Amino acid sequence: MKKNTIQKPKIIIMSGYGLNCEEETKFAFESVGGKADIVHINDLITSPKMLSKYQILVFPGGFSYGDDTGSGKAYANKFKNHLSKELEEFLSRDTLAIGICNGFQILTSLGVLPGALTHNKNGQYIDRWVDLKVTGKSPWLSGIKKISLPIAHGEGKYLISKVEYKTMMKNKEIAFTYDKGEICKFQNLEANPNGANYDIAGVLGYNGRVLGMMPHPERAQFSHHSPLWQMKKQKSRNTKEGDGIILFRNAVNYFNKKQK
Amino acid sequence: MTSRLYVLPKGEDSRKGLFLKSWNSLGLNGKITDLSIIDSYLIQSGFSVNELARVAAAFTNPIFEKFSINELPKVKDFSYIIEIGFLPGVTDNVAHTARETIVDLLHTKENISLEVFTSKVFLISGTVSMEDVKKIASSLYNPLIEQGHIYTIKEIRKDNNLPLVIPKVVLLKQTPVINVSLSVSDEELIKIGKEGIIGNDGVRRGPLALDLESMKVIQKHFQELGRNPKDIELESLAQTWSEHCKHTIFANPIDDIKDGLYKTYIKGATNTIRKQKGKNDFCVSVFSDNSGGIIFDKDNLVTHKVETHNSPSALDPFGGAITGIVGVNRDTIGFGLGAKPVANMYGFCFGDPYDTRALYKDKNLTQKMLPPKRIMDGVIRGVNVGGNCSGIPTVSGFVRYDDQFRGKPLVFVGTVGIIPRKINGKPSHLKEALSGDYVVVVGGRVGADGIHGATFSSVAMDSTSPATAVQIGDPITQKKLSDAIVKEARGMDLYTSITDNGAGGISCSIAEMAKECGGVVVDLEKVPLKYQGLQPWQIWISESQERMTLSVPKNKWNTFKELMDKRGVEATIVGEFTNSGKCIVNYNGKEIMNISLEFLHDGLPKKPLTSSPIAHHYDNPKTLSGVSRTKALEELFQDKNISGFSFVSEQYDHEVQASSVLKPLSGRGRINTDAQVLRPVLSSSKGVVVASALYPSYSLINTYHMASCAIDTAIRNAICAGASLSNLAILDNFCWCSSYDQNRLAELIDALKACYHFAVGYGTPFISGKDSMFNDFKGYDDKGNPVAISIPPTLLISAIGVMPDLNKTVSPEFKKAGDSIYLLGETYDELGGSEYYKMLAHNGKDKNAIGNNVPRVDSEKNIKTYKSLEKVITKELVSSAISLASGGLAVAIAKASVGGMLGCKISLKNILGEISEIDQALFSESQGRILVTVSKENINKFEKIMKGISYAKIGAVLPSDKFIITDMKGKKAVESSVKKLFNLYHNFSNKMK
Repeated sequence: MKKNTIQKPKIIIMSGYGLNCEEETKFAFESVGGKADIVHINDLITSPKMLSKYQILVFPGGFSYGDDTGSGKAYANKFKNHLSKELEEFLSRDTLAIGICNGFQILTSLGVLPGALTHNKNGQYIDRWVDLKVTGKSPWLSGIKKISLPIAHGEGKYLISKVEYKTMMKNKEIAFTYDKGEICKFQNLEANPNGANYDIAGVLGYNGRVLGMMPHPERAQFSHHSPLWQMKKQKSRNTKEGDGIILFRNAVNYFNKKQK
Repeated sequence: MTSRLYVLPKGEDSRKGLFLKSWNSLGLNGKITDLSIIDSYLIQSGFSVNELARVAAAFTNPIFEKFSINELPKVKDFSYIIEIGFLPGVTDNVAHTARETIVDLLHTKENISLEVFTSKVFLISGTVSMEDVKKIASSLYNPLIEQGHIYTIKEIRKDNNLPLVIPKVVLLKQTPVINVSLSVSDEELIKIGKEGIIGNDGVRRGPLALDLESMKVIQKHFQELGRNPKDIELESLAQTWSEHCKHTIFANPIDDIKDGLYKTYIKGATNTIRKQKGKNDFCVSVFSDNSGGIIFDKDNLVTHKVETHNSPSALDPFGGAITGIVGVNRDTIGFGLGAKPVANMYGFCFGDPYDTRALYKDKNLTQKMLPPKRIMDGVIRGVNVGGNCSGIPTVSGFVRYDDQFRGKPLVFVGTVGIIPRKINGKPSHLKEALSGDYVVVVGGRVGADGIHGATFSSVAMDSTSPATAVQIGDPITQKKLSDAIVKEARGMDLYTSITDNGAGGISCSIAEMAKECGGVVVDLEKVPLKYQGLQPWQIWISESQERMTLSVPKNKWNTFKELMDKRGVEATIVGEFTNSGKCIVNYNGKEIMNISLEFLHDGLPKKPLTSSPIAHHYDNPKTLSGVSRTKALEELFQDKNISGFSFVSEQYDHEVQASSVLKPLSGRGRINTDAQVLRPVLSSSKGVVVASALYPSYSLINTYHMASCAIDTAIRNAICAGASLSNLAILDNFCWCSSYDQNRLAELIDALKACYHFAVGYGTPFISGKDSMFNDFKGYDDKGNPVAISIPPTLLISAIGVMPDLNKTVSPEFKKAGDSIYLLGETYDELGGSEYYKMLAHNGKDKNAIGNNVPRVDSEKNIKTYKSLEKVITKELVSSAISLASGGLAVAIAKASVGGMLGCKISLKNILGEISEIDQALFSESQGRILVTVSKENINKFEKIMKGISYAKIGAVLPSDKFIITDMKGKKAVESSVKKLFNLYHNFSNKMK
């Protein structure tokens, strides 16, 4: 039998200054065959060339700088001040990038993705699940039409102008919109939890290679994460994997396929 | 030069609504039509206009914000401005971040002369008067930590800018060290002990909380040394000997219990249980460290610790609660060589949020107490910011309300941690500072905040309570510190010991670690300060937050320091551990403290305590006539002590770390769960179950039964979710009142006896605990009449267990129509102190008629029930399990129904035990009972295992909305609908949103 010589795609997950979802995000990537390193922003600033050996760049969720001066702003400022060139170089290659929650706020503050994120419509932090309808085209999203994931944020209301929205729709750059699906119906919740413009939960850039999203796919990597788990496990011994894992697998497969 | 940058939203501001709602509920004369919220950055620097513009741009998201410099942004007609900023010296987290951003952006040196102060500016328009605006302003800030300024539009028109005044700390120059003469009268000794040392300014510095007996021992000690103590020595002894640190009430002999309560009943229970368990003992580190540690699996330990932060939360709810939660996180980071926090929990006991009576700390009515709603909002927000920012899921909690918590609220905070059993080949729970190691402080800097916190919480709250006892936490500084220590330095073997700086600051942490090697020398001037001018004694005992103390071997210092620098964590050598037997403190080369460790740690005189028993009797309330209890159940179900609190659960991130299995809210109807399950190690399918329970109202009747019910309920809650009785540990948190009162001491002994009996009875060892013994308020009402409010004696029991397979987790709500409903356990006439009797008493004439039949626990019988339940859960034979607690059977059924949004039909005919009346069947709070549902195909197997256990099939889950309970004779007792119950359950929570 021929030996499998596929090189695991290398993933860099940023950390430091209050980002806090790096470990579970790493776990998700590695459970589907990636090789992920958690790298502190200061270490990347010390050795910026390091970025060139990675295929996937991740800004995970968290509370960088405690949201002081505005969510994602301070971390993005630091990244911009020291790593602009390297980021540009990274995005010009055939790479993937994702920003989740605080990471999404960082990506918009960096200007990598359009729009901005501000305080939820009721002014309060909220942790709950949402249903999403996939409306964009991206390697991250292949094969997904609908998906339910949790959110946990105080500043998740996505702002975008009408003109930009129209262009993005046309270009399939609106990744997901909040939708009244299985979970909202189950727990009688409103679809759009934060008042985001056009119900936008995530957007795409760079031909779909860069994804920014408020919901947390890594918090849906096991079936027991879902609020429906207790109901569903009554009916059948369901799979241990949660829906969120698909995004991570898509990303890893994007590179694995290229090697074949 | 000082400049002001203003940043404000361009479009609609989502925060507006919350403010408008709360302001318009203040009872204003006029009406507010609009407001703008502006962030102000006051910057003192040598920057050019150009540089300032770059700075302002960095603080502004151009898509929805705009900025202006030294000019109030143009906002359409407003009439007043309120500015809220921090008092000088109070931690300003946003300013820290802003400064860091500026230094980074302009590539300047870290130590450049640059100061940043932030404030929130509210521009208000509407038909309001100055009086209204004052009301609004006072609802926005806490004068202990913040300042508020009101400006009219006229006042600022000239400059079109707010004043450029820097809120800098100005400390008067004082003699750094005072010799305190103890050759004084007993009256003066008492005064020093109670109100503090007289400073150079002639003002006493605040409570030492040392009684005459302790003062005399200190007097004698220094007489023998032939000198007077210096102020820092006295302050240091006061910290170390405080009730808060030494737990004297639990340690001293009491009546004929010569080893004291803690050794006899708490540690005694654990020792007995560990012996009985033999090789199945799962305790690894109990009582000796900052948290308790038990075995998780062959590679990891799981730790738990629960703290209280009551006194600070009464003064500054937000600051008190945030320091509480980040403080207990440090008890995890300070376990062994440093555990990783994996779950937070909270428990709040508040006064009635609708109670608006004014209370004052002083007779002149100048120091007003915060109303319960304000305390509640602040505390909830404090745990929100502290927990959410730290990336630790807040998985569980509870909220209780009672008028007796009006004087002092109870704020419980807990943290579960995980740590590999071996680190670098050595057991991780063992640590020892070695003589010759550096004393290293990491994390935040020291200010005047949090001085006398430990001694303050050891006395009742009155007008002498120090304002400086309040601190504000900075979760991000701590997160950086936690990650650098636990995720990096720990594995690199860079330190030999670590502990938390909590109560008493470095005076306690360093002296505590010095015990490990036998001595220490500290150079106090090396401690990094927030601002200059602090006196040595202040530096020594300050409780400024986010600091840990480590012992770092000399040859590892460079590597350690380099790592901390790279992670943005300040680390400083402040001294060296020795084996001299002494704790020596120098300040600028001069020795200012020299006390033997022996006297410091063991010099406190033993004071035998005596108790005097007391019995309470209450009448039963007038019962309702007829059979229908529909209204009674509906009223009880929406009581804020029973109903849901999703308004709290939803604003706490409970899913970070991707560990959530059984969440704080469950099912279609989003009911609050009584136990939660998490997956702390993602690569393992083992789960950790946490649960807790408390019954403060039972204390009014009998504290023995109060404690036994708390233990039984915490255990039962955990078992219902899937925990195993043989692998369950518990924690105790005693919150008592007037603890030198002999009756209160007798009640305390009763509670501790129950702790021993039932911990041993169930085989659930105590692994950690904490006490807070003086939850009393002494003050005045608005007419100047004295008012004293004490909490009811409260014992919180927290349970933690490891479950082998988290896939077996069971949630409390009904799952599907057709499932049979079973009641396990027996029901008795045990309504004394119940939520139902409290409701009847509240509605009736005699407000004290809460009855006497408080529930009693039969652990032998309950063990059999719990073991059988464990078995059916492991075999996956039950669809749901909910523990019966406050509100009894009827409330449990209603909750399970709402959770599943499924109706049910219940008959009380078959329930076991001894009951004669419908109320007993519905609302008695008899312990050891569980409601489970079983699907058709599992009934035979289920009943076979349950043989020999008291159980009764009492009904079935319905596909419809109907909620029906018939009484023992078959008559309809309750007829309601699930939808209605759902609305009642969430009613209070929705109002609090």
